[in-house]
Amino acid sequence: MRLEARTEVSRLMLVAAPFAAVAFTLLVSSLFVAWAGAPLSQTYALIFEGGFGSRFAWSETLTRATPLILTGLSVAVAFRARLFNIGAEGQLYAGALAAVAVGGLHGGAGFDAHPALLYPAMMAAAMVAGALLLLVPALLRIRLGVDEVVTTLLLNFIVLLFVSMMLDGPMKDPTAMGWPQSVALQDAMQLEKLIERTRVHTGLLWALTLAGMLWFLFRYSTFGFAVRAVGANPRGAAFVGVPVARTMVLVALLSGALAGLAGAIEVAGRAGYVTLDMSPGYGYTGIVIAMLAGLNPLGVVAAAVFVAGVLVGADSMSRGVAVPTYIADVIVAIALLSMLVATAFARYRLRWQ
Amino acid sequence: MAVNAPVLRLSGITKSFGALRANAAISLEVERGEVLALLGENGAGKSTLVSILFGHYVPDEGSIEAFGKPLPPGDPAASLAAGIGMVHQHFTLADNLSVLDNVMLGTEPLWWGVSRRKAARRKLVATGERFGLQVDPDARVGTLSVGERQRVEILKALYRDARVLILDEPTAVLTPREAESLFDTLAQLVAEGLSLIFISHKLDEVLRVSNRIAVLRGGRLVATLRAADADKASLAELMVGREVRMPEAKPHAPGAVVCVVANIRVRGELHDVSLSLHAGAITAIAGVSGNGQQALADILCGLRAPEAGSVRVGDAAMPASPAAWIAAGVARVPEDRHAVGTIGDLPLWENAMAEHHATRFARGGMVRRGPARAFARRVVDGFDVRSARGLDTAVRSLSGGNMQKLVLGRALLGAGEDARGQTGRAPLLIVANQPTWGLDIGAVAFVHQQLLDACAQGSAVLLISDDLDEIFALADRIAVMHAGHLTPARATSAWTLAAIGLAMAGSVPAAMVADHAA
Repeated sequence: MRLEARTEVSRLMLVAAPFAAVAFTLLVSSLFVAWAGAPLSQTYALIFEGGFGSRFAWSETLTRATPLILTGLSVAVAFRARLFNIGAEGQLYAGALAAVAVGGLHGGAGFDAHPALLYPAMMAAAMVAGALLLLVPALLRIRLGVDEVVTTLLLNFIVLLFVSMMLDGPMKDPTAMGWPQSVALQDAMQLEKLIERTRVHTGLLWALTLAGMLWFLFRYSTFGFAVRAVGANPRGAAFVGVPVARTMVLVALLSGALAGLAGAIEVAGRAGYVTLDMSPGYGYTGIVIAMLAGLNPLGVVAAAVFVAGVLVGADSMSRGVAVPTYIADVIVAIALLSMLVATAFARYRLRWQ
Repeated sequence: MAVNAPVLRLSGITKSFGALRANAAISLEVERGEVLALLGENGAGKSTLVSILFGHYVPDEGSIEAFGKPLPPGDPAASLAAGIGMVHQHFTLADNLSVLDNVMLGTEPLWWGVSRRKAARRKLVATGERFGLQVDPDARVGTLSVGERQRVEILKALYRDARVLILDEPTAVLTPREAESLFDTLAQLVAEGLSLIFISHKLDEVLRVSNRIAVLRGGRLVATLRAADADKASLAELMVGREVRMPEAKPHAPGAVVCVVANIRVRGELHDVSLSLHAGAITAIAGVSGNGQQALADILCGLRAPEAGSVRVGDAAMPASPAAWIAAGVARVPEDRHAVGTIGDLPLWENAMAEHHATRFARGGMVRRGPARAFARRVVDGFDVRSARGLDTAVRSLSGGNMQKLVLGRALLGAGEDARGQTGRAPLLIVANQPTWGLDIGAVAFVHQQLLDACAQGSAVLLISDDLDEIFALADRIAVMHAGHLTPARATSAWTLAAIGLAMAGSVPAAMVADHAA
């Protein structure tokens, strides 16, 4: 038995692959649901209901999807150039912290600038923080060949410890009764609500706009061509005059900036301050989303909504039947695996002999 | 030579891969003590047939008999046991083991504990003496020359008592002298009663070595003929299915110097290499691959900088930047079209416009699709690049010949248009590294014609090749590379095959040393 590359990869199969993967995922997850002793159809119905079944469900799903779109884009951009950024989680926290540093109250000692000035400065600070955090591993990779999977992954823990230090130290909110949380953002820095009486905020528009822009950039710009060329064949790209190192650096800055922005938007759109558990692994889930999307920026939006729906739906489902919310993690994890296998099957075929 | 029952009989071998019929009802016989040449273009089905014979593939239909007994399909061990040995083009030797270890590898069951090295050594030495294949059994394979390694490969098969030996493109990696010595060895093997299957696409070799020639085309056996009755032209026609006229080079009068390489050095790869390239002339660099050609080609494609020395094109000193070389009007054809020349996952049109994606085909950071696709269309039409889905075909699905036409067309058209801001002109300089490697004869003729045409229109051409037939057919001047040293370039007429062979092995003819000193 061996894998054989298909000579022509049909578009239909590439499009069908994610759907096949999702179907297979639900099938496999059923085993776990059954194991938990819950009725199958009711469990799935509750997940769907909780994720997409009502106006409230949709609003919760979209709220959850907003940071996921951004981290998904961050990962998709980097992976396109074969820069394996596993550090979106850390970059997100760095962005969130930078946003609060610029736009925070700091007990009245914060920047006292006009919101029209402070708001872009806050977002820019978050993007710069994320970008710089990825720049270091990217340069190590380009110059010294250090595996960026290891460096970006480990940086996540360093950043998290740094955030913890800041939340207990210089940026600690004195009014939080000892809870490790940062000072709050100035009111003017909080994002507007998109829909009345829900938690959906204008960060969603940021995410959607960026997804569209990145799709356009990849498809039509010379930079997009360079990124795809470097990702597909760095030696071939170098031969035709694509500046490989420069492209990698730009990709790193872009990817880090997107993850940093995710942090800023999450802070400004929801809690208004940084805590150590503000992200339930948005950075890591971004990897799953980017892979589910086949690294396509528009696909990232769809994948993020799907994953967010499963996560939100599982929360509400677990209140109805006795299946732990961990089933959501299982579903997402299996979805990633089946997606990888499904795309492999779209590109390769099995040959028995 | 006793001609009794055939040692090998293939009847109606058919094998399909999806829609592709790689072998269609092929029936062949190999007799004792004969050399059967298997001739065919890439994709004609030679490798599939041999893989079936060796048990790597199971045929869809048909059967094989070895020495009168049916051979179970798909069982390499059975093929080995039946006395079928294979000498692969890319050697299957462990460099860090001795010759003896390599030969014994796989012949002893693991659980014997005590290995019978003494007996094995005796057998190896005896085999070597019998067939005139002298190799030190204790030498580490890594220290051997390519020719010697090939001898080890052959010994390995003979040690396992092979009676039928399959040689896959055996001369591809050899110097002319090593090839001569291989042919002597083959004659000796045949004299000892072995049968050989000699796979090649080089017509001269096939005519010289074999008794009978089987020609494959498109998976079918189109002819089996006696070598004595065949000639090059008819074989080429059988192989391709139509008349092939190899382009004839007319000697060019070298024009102005376009490119000067002066004393460039790369530690361990190039030692003081100097070369000048003239407009309207083809300068060839002969040599066995791996003697520094890659470093020189990389430097002349803008991929690397030499550690010392200079490279000038026209009046400009050239930096190590592919973009600068492209802008200077240099058409570059790299050796490896899969790994370097193309980006397999990207569509044909993006590969075609790639060299100019940030210059001619860009405006305001966006790719100008219209002109870029129009350029790709000109490449496809002008160089006959065939693909399944036109400009949007992923390049990885192109055949080797079409891929090379794309690379060549992109370079020639692009450099011609860029250098003078006009279409249809020849590039200033063409750097072609093994431009016909692995191509079938029709594509080879096409590539040669394109190089000759460009040269006739005034391009300076540098041809790096390890195919001496190609070099003699095209070059006006020849320099030979060995171990990082390059001989001075001399007119093709001043070289003999023997002199080139010597130079390829590292001994520069005395006359040339005098030349160089003067």
